[in-house]
Amino acid sequence: MNTSISRRTFLKGGLAAAGAVAASSLPLPSAVKGETGQELATLIDIRKCIGCEACVEACKEANASKFPEPKKPYPKMYPSRVKVSDWSDKRDDMDRLTPYNWVFIQEAKVTVNGKEETYTFPRRCMHCQNPPCADLCPWGAARKLKNGITRIDADICLGGAKCEDVCPWHIPQRQTGVGLYLDILPSLAGNGVMYKCDRCYNRLEEGKLPACIEVCPENVQKIGPRDEIIKEAHAIAKEINGYIYGEKENGGTNTIYVSPVPFEKLNASIKKGPGKPGLQPVEDSMAHADNLAKAMVIAPIAGIAAAAGKFFAASKKAIRSEEGKK
Amino acid sequence: MRSHAYESAAERKWLKWSYLGIFIVMAFTGFGQMPIFKRFYISDVPGLGWSADFYATHYIHYLGAILLFVLLAYIITDYLIKGRSEFRLTASAYVRIVLLGGIVVTGIFRVLKNLPDVLFSPGFTMFIDIAHLGFMMAYLMAALVFLIFKSGWTKGIDD
Repeated sequence: MNTSISRRTFLKGGLAAAGAVAASSLPLPSAVKGETGQELATLIDIRKCIGCEACVEACKEANASKFPEPKKPYPKMYPSRVKVSDWSDKRDDMDRLTPYNWVFIQEAKVTVNGKEETYTFPRRCMHCQNPPCADLCPWGAARKLKNGITRIDADICLGGAKCEDVCPWHIPQRQTGVGLYLDILPSLAGNGVMYKCDRCYNRLEEGKLPACIEVCPENVQKIGPRDEIIKEAHAIAKEINGYIYGEKENGGTNTIYVSPVPFEKLNASIKKGPGKPGLQPVEDSMAHADNLAKAMVIAPIAGIAAAAGKFFAASKKAIRSEEGKK
Repeated sequence: MRSHAYESAAERKWLKWSYLGIFIVMAFTGFGQMPIFKRFYISDVPGLGWSADFYATHYIHYLGAILLFVLLAYIITDYLIKGRSEFRLTASAYVRIVLLGGIVVTGIFRVLKNLPDVLFSPGFTMFIDIAHLGFMMAYLMAALVFLIFKSGWTKGIDD
């Protein structure tokens, strides 16, 4: 572990800076800048990650202005089962997702061909193609952007944490004592604001790379149009006889992991729990709702047919009865 | 749902209770889209544990919408073919129809928004979310007022 720490320190001070300078000097394709409105995805090649946490620190720095600044004491909330979620005194926590830490490094120790190997990889919001957090948010605070980013508007979010509940990876994290709920009914409704990776939407708008990608000294991550990223992920997987995560999960996401070991093995090894998402298989959360939506198109036709059928039958009966009288 | 158009008292009764039943389910599961049922112990009521599951309330809300569409299409067709020659709608019916129309239209946009590859602007998304709830609250208040004043949906052609 000592070796790993010294390597991290070295990389943070040297290679990370060099990587950032090199990356920032590269012209970005217009698709990456979000100018074309194309859905963008990121590719995470976990073979390359050395767990230096440069991405974690860069994220914290780049997004510091978006982090919550809650006012204490927090309003008393009712009923008593509503708990305060306060991360403001633990801003430096880097080993899980929090409102102040939108990406963290997960570690998996797996046995491959009888040899124990350690893999590290960044974890954050998957930016689903049909995100349940955005679909089911009752206020429209969570939303998907044209370029494939799912972001939560901190000015609108009331912190009900429904997005965390419906997210298959439970990514969004709540901070109490901040946001719109304080101006409405702070004791009875809402509980702060939900925070998560917004894939540096503002940097993309300015033509810059997301901070975690720009700073990475090992080029673990890459961003580009989703179809190209998928193509590249498959090419790598074919070359290394590897595995892909994120292409089909939850109906498709815009975060594609490529690994030389099966994700079931990685999932079995990583620490999971609050703020520490798994790598489990995930079915499309919105699939049933999408099917029911199709049934809604047929529903009025059924109603019209039933009413028309009733009058047709009644008319036929009346004609028969008239004929019978004659 | 007092009506002069439907052929039998049984059909009238069936339509009335179906509409009421669907509406109660839609209202309950609709409010359940907000994270309030667990907070305020509603899901702790025996038999209502499912109401804290957002996916469960969402599916039931969609199923209710399907049934509501069938019922509304049936009633509208019935009215257009035969009903309008046999009865008139009251003023309170028109108020309810406008509010119900608002609920249905904003609900349709809400369903469209949830489909893959359908994106609305953030402002429009927020508008339909709040308008859907607003129309529902207005409908409930109007229904309460009309219930107190015993104002039905229909009146005789000569009333």
